[in-house]
Amino acid sequence: MATDLSMTEKPDSSQRNPAVPSGEAGLEEARLRQQAIGVKLRHMFDEVVNEPVPDEFLDILRRADDRAGKGGA
Amino acid sequence: MTGPAPKPPSADDNAFKAQLITLIPHLRAFARTLTGDPTAADDLAQDAMMKAWDARASYQMGTNMKAWTFMILRNQFYSEKRRSWRQSQLDQEAAERTLVAVDDPEAPVALDELRMALNTLPEEQREALILVGAGGFAYEEAADICQCAVGTVKSRVSRARRALLATLERGGYARDGKAAGDAMRSILADADRLSGARQG
Repeated sequence: MATDLSMTEKPDSSQRNPAVPSGEAGLEEARLRQQAIGVKLRHMFDEVVNEPVPDEFLDILRRADDRAGKGGA
Repeated sequence: MTGPAPKPPSADDNAFKAQLITLIPHLRAFARTLTGDPTAADDLAQDAMMKAWDARASYQMGTNMKAWTFMILRNQFYSEKRRSWRQSQLDQEAAERTLVAVDDPEAPVALDELRMALNTLPEEQREALILVGAGGFAYEEAADICQCAVGTVKSRVSRARRALLATLERGGYARDGKAAGDAMRSILADADRLSGARQG
């Protein structure tokens, strides 16, 4: 993986992010940020998982079951 | 004649159905991340659920049913998309609607920003990151679901993580009245709050 954070300073100012310090501290900061994004990502997903399932889902499954139970037409 | 006649429900069918029902919330969540739209997502999740039910004879009990149903849902999504869904750049509008569904009043900002940033990722990176980073799948399972090599999943996840971080730090998406960096700040603050709540 290319980690040129601590390498030569880039003269192109558009490439620099003033919010991220360079070197060790920068890597640690990036790690913390990745961790935070991970927490939010799981939270976003879990929020939908924790929603009540609309009745429609079980209704559809029940109808399929009835069809199977009657052994077809 | 429309294929083989349905057989009466067996004990296996009942066990299958019970397990399928427990997976519905996860299918809905995965569908929501793929479509970005709650209504389209539930349609997709229902289709996938029925496809899984109809294909239950080909499922081997004891294997990973969650990964199996996710693969069905994903295949369904891409085949439908190829057929009809022209959801190229409509994601903006869809994202707005998804945001409204967030009902945690303390967290909306950070979630908004994350959703926006997710939508800037290429599709295959987004799904890989969701499966591994949010769905709790191992790289190997995610590779099965996406029908690609494990190494491919790994590199997609890692590229997605880097791109997401860069996007959030730059504020590299359309969002009026927001300074770049706000997104990351609110995500950091919110993640702290969430991990605190989880431990407490």
